Amino acid sequence: MSKQRFSGTERYVATDELMMAVNAAITLERPLLIKGEPGTGKTQLAQEIAAALQRPLHEWHIKSTSKAQQGLYEYDAVSRLRDSQLGEARVHDIGNYILKGRLWEAFESPTQPVLLIDEIDKADIEFPNDLLRELDRMEFYVYETRALVKARHRPIIIITSNNEKELPDAFLRRCFFHYIRFPDEATMRAIVAVHYPQLKKELLAEALGAFFEVRAAPGLKKKPSTSELLDWIKLLVAEDIDPAALRSGDAKKVIPILHGALLKNEQDVHLFEQLVFMHRRAR
Amino acid sequence: MLVNFYLALRLGGVPVSITEFLALLEALEARLAQLSPQEFYYLARTCLVKDEHHYDRFDQVFAQVFQGAEQLFTQLLASVPPEWLASLTARVFSAEEQRRVAALGGWQQLLETLRARLAEQQQAHRGGNKWIGTGGTSPFGAHGFNPEGIRVGEGNGGAKRAVKVWERREFRNFDDGVELGTRNLKLALRKLRRFARQGAAEELDLDGTIDATARNGGMLDIKLVPERHNAVKVLLFLDVGGSMDEHVRVCEELFSATRSEFKHLEHFYFHNFIYENLWQDNRRRFEALLPTERVLRTYGHDYRAIVMGDATMSPYEITQPGGSIEHWNTEPGAVWLQRLCAAFPRLVWLNPEDPQRWDYTPSLRITRQLIGERMFPLTLAGLDLAIRELRRPFTAQGGATPGAGATFVTQGPAAGVP
Repeated sequence: MSKQRFSGTERYVATDELMMAVNAAITLERPLLIKGEPGTGKTQLAQEIAAALQRPLHEWHIKSTSKAQQGLYEYDAVSRLRDSQLGEARVHDIGNYILKGRLWEAFESPTQPVLLIDEIDKADIEFPNDLLRELDRMEFYVYETRALVKARHRPIIIITSNNEKELPDAFLRRCFFHYIRFPDEATMRAIVAVHYPQLKKELLAEALGAFFEVRAAPGLKKKPSTSELLDWIKLLVAEDIDPAALRSGDAKKVIPILHGALLKNEQDVHLFEQLVFMHRRAR
Repeated sequence: MLVNFYLALRLGGVPVSITEFLALLEALEARLAQLSPQEFYYLARTCLVKDEHHYDRFDQVFAQVFQGAEQLFTQLLASVPPEWLASLTARVFSAEEQRRVAALGGWQQLLETLRARLAEQQQAHRGGNKWIGTGGTSPFGAHGFNPEGIRVGEGNGGAKRAVKVWERREFRNFDDGVELGTRNLKLALRKLRRFARQGAAEELDLDGTIDATARNGGMLDIKLVPERHNAVKVLLFLDVGGSMDEHVRVCEELFSATRSEFKHLEHFYFHNFIYENLWQDNRRRFEALLPTERVLRTYGHDYRAIVMGDATMSPYEITQPGGSIEHWNTEPGAVWLQRLCAAFPRLVWLNPEDPQRWDYTPSLRITRQLIGERMFPLTLAGLDLAIRELRRPFTAQGGATPGAGATFVTQGPAAGVP
């Protein structure tokens, strides 16, 4: 088999299951749909695959106003009309006014590219359905120039979703699917080690302890995730915090210091304070 | 074997299509998963399951179907022809490793030991449900007995871990088994969309441009129009009373579906029935009360109102002043509901209760009369009907008959209870 295999990178810790999903998608040339809690490295995955396999990366970030057509191409009728008024020569070729979209760019890539379709659930509910043929056959038709655009190499397509909308069955059937589970403590250690190799052992142990404690608090609106942990550790390192200060037994510190990196809204901070308070009273 | 697995998955409630099954076979043919059950498990899950809610069901079916499969792996190992291994040695192992193998008595003896161990293990695992190779074959792994392509040692080690993976059932929380997905709800709600052009002019107005250009004596005059947006305005009234507890899930789904579907959406909570106060934040429901009258004043007639509640309570709670179970209401709930109907002519009531029981609950019958029979079950079909009702043009609003309702209230509760 000449296909390359993905096995994580220096900066990205991939679990066995994730590697299997990615390799299956690469080998069978099918889009891979990645779901998971925010901050578990869904978007980063595509970047790391591109880096590991040394492929060009095309990113298509989806917004609520995105249309499937924008990923293929857009016809700039307004500037063509203007040009026709000014008598420009290029107006005769309609191809001059076709603006290529992300998907087209990826299709044209001389080597097999990685295409990231980020947060597909942000778009309208019909958006995935409009891309079925393009993802299946890796080709589309440009009506204005009557040309069929075909992918030179089927791109490795990574699609991420935050579960804001459910995706249609027909679309799902064409994808492979993987749900990135929240890493357990061992994986988390590996992830932190990859990002902060110089981190002191005690600080890491205390930070992870505090982090999983915060995560375990029931009813949080937004549980802190890997990216938040990494930010927090960065802060701790930057401020040169003493590991002992993180110990939750410290009665004066009700919630972990620099919690702003972990808890992202005031209700959660409030809730956590209450929980800690109740916990201490119970003791 | 795998067809069984496929059928078992479908029986077990994992929606798998033939395409997905063929994709798995294709992946197996591409040798993506080799002789390791764990790899096979990951691969099958990637190919066949498209929703993390179904991971748990998949794990269960997988454990069930492949319960007996450990024997298969053992047989496979026992039937590995010695020549095969011998021919691999030259290719795979370094001179140093080969010397170590020789020190152990050569391949022949190693294989004999392996067979003996396997036989031993077959006996051992009849009692329990352990996979092969927890202890038995692993020494071989240590001796470099891991030829590429056969993966005896690694396969076994993986097997043991994989069992844990699917027997741990970590995805149990995700499995909700909801019949009515939010996607279906949203698709139903889409019918309520009414597009209007609002906001910044960004789209080319072809007709307008041609018209303006012609009027301009052929000089180009480009006209732009704003893009079309969904302009439907919706007020959502949600019952959070005790009897609604069992319907919380479906209500949450509808709520989240409406939230992302409509830009102009306001939601209000009430308890059991609509009285003089509503609230928008359940956690601060006693501090942040919102007079119903203000809601009626604030939002125009063009708003569509969706009331969601089971309307199951004592009839007095609707018809009598002071009937509320929470506070003293000077005016009966029926009056407030009629005001609501008058303020928002396009109003429907969605009821999560089973329609078969509607006729047996007096309060439900009263409510239906009050809103002019515009109550629909909270199912997809019911939602369709409700939306058809909401789409009606303004003038053809004959549904609500406030007059009849008003006389009904004066009759008192006795009339409502046969």
